[in-house]
Amino acid sequence: MSQPSSELMIEARAVEKWYPNGFQALRGASLTVRRGEVVVIMGPSGSGKSTFIRTFNALEDFQKGSITVDGIVLSNDLRNIDAVRREVGMVFQQFNLFPHLSVLDNLTLAPVLVRRRPKAEVEKQAWALLERVGIAEQAGKYPGQLSGGQQQRVAIARALCMEPRILLFDEPTSALDPEMVREVLEVMQNLAADDITMVVVTHEVKFARHVAHRVVLMADGEVVEEAEPEVFFTNPSHQRTRRFLDQIL
Amino acid sequence: MKPLLRRLRAELFATRTDTVLSLALISLITLAAFGVLRWAFTQAQWAVIRVNSTLFAVGRYPVEQQWRLWLLTALLVAASGATWGLLRAHPRPDRSGVLWPRNDRLALVLLVLIALAVPAALGLSLAIASRWWGLTVLLILCRWLAGRFGAGLPASGQRLAALVWPALYLVGMVLISGGLGLVTVSPSEWGGLMLTLLASSFAILLCFPIGVLLALGRRSDLPLLRWGSVLYIEFIRGAPLITLLFLGQNILGFLLPGGLAPERVWRAAWVLTFFAAAYLAEAVRSGLAAVPRGQLEAARSLGLSYPKALQHVVLPQALRVALPAMVGQFISLLQDTTLLSLIGLLELLGTARTVMANPAFLGRNGEVYLTLAVLFWGCCAALGLGSRALERRLDPHAVPSAT
Ligand SMILES: Nc1ncnc2c1ncn2[C@@H]1O[C@H](COP(=O)(O)OP(=O)(O)OP(=O)(O)O)[C@@H](O)[C@H]1O
Ligand SMILES: [Mg+2]
Repeated sequence: MSQPSSELMIEARAVEKWYPNGFQALRGASLTVRRGEVVVIMGPSGSGKSTFIRTFNALEDFQKGSITVDGIVLSNDLRNIDAVRREVGMVFQQFNLFPHLSVLDNLTLAPVLVRRRPKAEVEKQAWALLERVGIAEQAGKYPGQLSGGQQQRVAIARALCMEPRILLFDEPTSALDPEMVREVLEVMQNLAADDITMVVVTHEVKFARHVAHRVVLMADGEVVEEAEPEVFFTNPSHQRTRRFLDQIL
Repeated sequence: MKPLLRRLRAELFATRTDTVLSLALISLITLAAFGVLRWAFTQAQWAVIRVNSTLFAVGRYPVEQQWRLWLLTALLVAASGATWGLLRAHPRPDRSGVLWPRNDRLALVLLVLIALAVPAALGLSLAIASRWWGLTVLLILCRWLAGRFGAGLPASGQRLAALVWPALYLVGMVLISGGLGLVTVSPSEWGGLMLTLLASSFAILLCFPIGVLLALGRRSDLPLLRWGSVLYIEFIRGAPLITLLFLGQNILGFLLPGGLAPERVWRAAWVLTFFAAAYLAEAVRSGLAAVPRGQLEAARSLGLSYPKALQHVVLPQALRVALPAMVGQFISLLQDTTLLSLIGLLELLGTARTVMANPAFLGRNGEVYLTLAVLFWGCCAALGLGSRALERRLDPHAVPSAT
């Protein structure tokens, strides 16, 4: 496992967020992630995990606190939002592949449109990425013709094709049949060995234990516990964490 | 033969009730068909159609200028054939395509039969009939050439080839109305099927972008835009087209910038456009609602701007969902053009009424209306067939990616 550097990639301080209906989903959540680090976020349903990581690429706005991503201060300035989204890739629970585009076009769409790179060059890179996640032979198919595990691997390759410095995963294996979970986790584990920074919301304990540098527990819109995997799973310091672990282990 | 019999039996005569129902229906249909055919071949006098075939086709378009319409038809036929062949030569990347599928061969046989039968039935002169035969040959030739050699065309070339259609539309406008060195033929001399097709294609082409913008406006976060769109859509949908047409004849001249709608035909075409746009907007809105939120989020998280995400991710999916409803709108739009006869334009129905008012053809209404019905049916069937082919081509086997 590569060791993270000391450079800060994500710095979120006391973030508070209210949804338009008045519900407060984040109540002063804080987290710092260093370059090359793999951070796993766990926590009960409704604790604000998705909301929190979606603020990192400005899919959700927030009202109080501050977030800095790769040196870019997130504010309501639209230019910053575009800059951040180019640095941060996201993998969703429901894959969200574009069903009207072939697998290859799913990968090449954004690099060609956003980074304005020549199509032929992007396609070469896309082939290499599909090779890497083990589905190069499906490049001409459409997402609807693939299994869930294959779709999620395409989604990961799609995010990688933008060459992001940070990858966010929101429960990437929760919508998968058990036998497909492994193939996706394997791909993620291989990624973790690289330099890329990853923030992963997941309930896969094995992944958290073996791949994460740090595990974080969220509850009620706050970060409750933050520890190395060994400590987190065997000797957590908070009652809340213990109760949560009792439920999932 | 055996499987056919077995299928007939399974589908029509499976149970006793099925048998009774089937027999009753079959005899009813036979009786009706027999009645119509007997009328058509013994009672009806088709001279009214034969004598007026040019009138039905193009109205009072000056005879010495009609070569322009023939040229336009030839261009359209050639472009259709080439497009058809190109589409067959370029199946989607995930499908294997046949150059000559069975339906295409069937369509060709039908076209040839029509090209042989209709001129004969209309008693067209040899000169005119041979032009139709020539057009048929041109269609087949272009279809064959494009199918045979089109596979080598790269993607950029295909995109250029698609541009032929808008270009052709502009060329068609010039050919019909004149200008650029051609003698001007004023819109008051246009008529018949040509006017019907012109008005409806104009409205279909322009109502599409307007309708999409209205649908987007209706879902917008900006209150002014949203309320403006809602107001427009609900106002138009609440008013009968015929009142709007009369209203348009009276006030459109003031509303549109000078020169855009000076003529009755153009005023009516604009009213049709604005009318259809409101209905189209509702069809597009239902399509937009069918695209999961995650699609926009995924596009945005990849760094696409909102307009780019709409253009490349959301709209292609929404429009595919809305396609059947949109084509339904186009078909009713085509039929709504008959209302133009009420404001004094000589499109198909208007032409028919002038013909029937001619004492020489007194009492020949049945023949005329049947012809009209068949013509409209033909146009609508073509629209429907085209849309279904498009739907099949765009269908990504969309099992939604959400489980
Ligand atoms: N658009 C919204 N409007 C109002 N409330 C919302 C909205 N989205 C989420 N919430 C609420 O905010 C809280 C946090 O939601 P979030 O999706 O971040 O939780 P989560 O930790 O990801 O849960 P899960 O494990 O179920 O995915 C929940 O109580 C949820 O009901
Ligand atoms: Mg969640």
